[in-house]
Amino acid sequence: MQAKALLKAGRGWALVFPLTLFLMIFYLAPIVLMVITSLSQAGETEGLSWSQYAEFFGDGFNLKVLWDTVWLGTQTTIVCLLLGYPLALLHSRTRPGNWRSILTFLIVLPLLTSAVVRTFAWIVILGRQGVINSALLSLSIIEEPLRLLSTHHGVIAALSQIQMPLMILPLIASMARLDPNLEAASASLGSPAWRTFWRITFPLTLPGIIAGSMLVFSASVSSFVTPSVIGGGRLMFMPMYIYQQAVSLFNYPFAATISTVLLITVLAVVTLLSSLGSLTRSYTRT
Amino acid sequence: MANSTLVRAARSPKQSTKDWNGRTFNWAMKLGAFSALILLTAPTIIILIASFSAGETLRFPPPGLSIKWYIALRELPELWAATWNSLWVATFTTLACIVLGFAAALVLTERRSRLTQALEALFMSPIAMPPLSVGLALLVFYNFIGWRVSVTTLVISHIVVGVPYLVRTILVSLSQMDGSFRDASASLGANGWYTFRHITFPLARQGVIAGSFITFLTSFDNITVSLFLSDARTQVLPVRMLTLVQNNLDVRAASIAGVLVFATATLMVLMERFVNLSRFVVTDR
Repeated sequence: MQAKALLKAGRGWALVFPLTLFLMIFYLAPIVLMVITSLSQAGETEGLSWSQYAEFFGDGFNLKVLWDTVWLGTQTTIVCLLLGYPLALLHSRTRPGNWRSILTFLIVLPLLTSAVVRTFAWIVILGRQGVINSALLSLSIIEEPLRLLSTHHGVIAALSQIQMPLMILPLIASMARLDPNLEAASASLGSPAWRTFWRITFPLTLPGIIAGSMLVFSASVSSFVTPSVIGGGRLMFMPMYIYQQAVSLFNYPFAATISTVLLITVLAVVTLLSSLGSLTRSYTRT
Repeated sequence: MANSTLVRAARSPKQSTKDWNGRTFNWAMKLGAFSALILLTAPTIIILIASFSAGETLRFPPPGLSIKWYIALRELPELWAATWNSLWVATFTTLACIVLGFAAALVLTERRSRLTQALEALFMSPIAMPPLSVGLALLVFYNFIGWRVSVTTLVISHIVVGVPYLVRTILVSLSQMDGSFRDASASLGANGWYTFRHITFPLARQGVIAGSFITFLTSFDNITVSLFLSDARTQVLPVRMLTLVQNNLDVRAASIAGVLVFATATLMVLMERFVNLSRFVVTDR
């Protein structure tokens, strides 16, 4: 009887096993193995040690790469929020219909086009003979082409465009949940537009802001194509550093160390933001 | 009479500050939205125009318009081989993700417990992981168990990063399914398979199609995982394009970009028509 009940209970679960097993073997195990590799000692000696991490955190260059990466992610997130929020607001205040569909299309298309394509477009814009330089030259604002590629700001501009949909989509979702009566009530009680925004709209869309920031930050600090192509080898960020150590130098243990540091950084920020997110969600529900 | 003028007089200064306030708010929001739209769309438009260049080098605005660089794509056999590889890998990845993801999503919708929540977190987590870390981890893992890099290892790796999208869209479409449908079907004597075919699957179909589309594109565009796991034989299109873009500013790279943008845009419009794609993209489940 008990065995039969167990079998019955198990049958409902059976369908979840293939994916769970698959991810345990090809996702969790590799990550555990990578962390173990990062703890291995240089020089083929047995046993685990922190020596790779001591090496990583003991060198100013590595710390600068880590800091630059986190800073890049933060700046990109801020740009995406500042520009993405108004666009999301415009989208949510456009009545469902053709215009709204066009807006959705324009927002989602960059997300679904290849990262290489999007980055390539930015070379055309920022290059020496690119759109910005030829425009400024023909207007005689500058005499020599500016160096826009291989700069930190160039990478931020390109990354912001590439990651902006990740900010806008959660914002639109959270704005859809916002009761329009609240804003109307605030306005009809004589509250000026900015105050209505800061007191009603902004706090009630905080879950969307946090979800969007989480996505943009983690995508930016782990993006490889854009920083390496726009940065052109002059700038170094964590993902490129991993690639360089693993593929060019075959230094797997150190690559694993950098990779684990990046992983922990991303997870720490995601955990922090998502606990903030559940806090704001419980706050907006009441 | 006097009373009403008084009210108006008392009100008007406040009214004007409110107007000013409302105007700056509207302008600030419009300016932001407009800049965001320009930033989002300009690169795509510029690359499309540049790809129709009649000139020899990539520049904007192009000296003249022609489709010669699109025709020139025919003479790049290694590019076609890479495209072919990408299409195969993306197809196998998507099919595997549908089977694995659908099965798992069924259990996750039927049961809500701490265990299913933990499993859902596990299935979704590859999205949040830095893809390059996952790629490196898999490379180290394949080396450890002695597997050579092949199309199979590439597909396996793409499944890991692609399956969350399908699980998610299927969960979204199944969450609209009322459990009572299934119970009604069962109480009317339908067996499990019949219920699945006539109730569960039709409801989940849109989620499956939308998720497959996203997973397919994710796999087709994936570069960070593929970078570690493809060699000359199994080179995929994005990796091939990256080398093309890094080495020289070739107009051919722009015309490949053009083809990809057109293909993606067309598929997106079709998907929006048939399965209401944005419903799955704009959701905070």
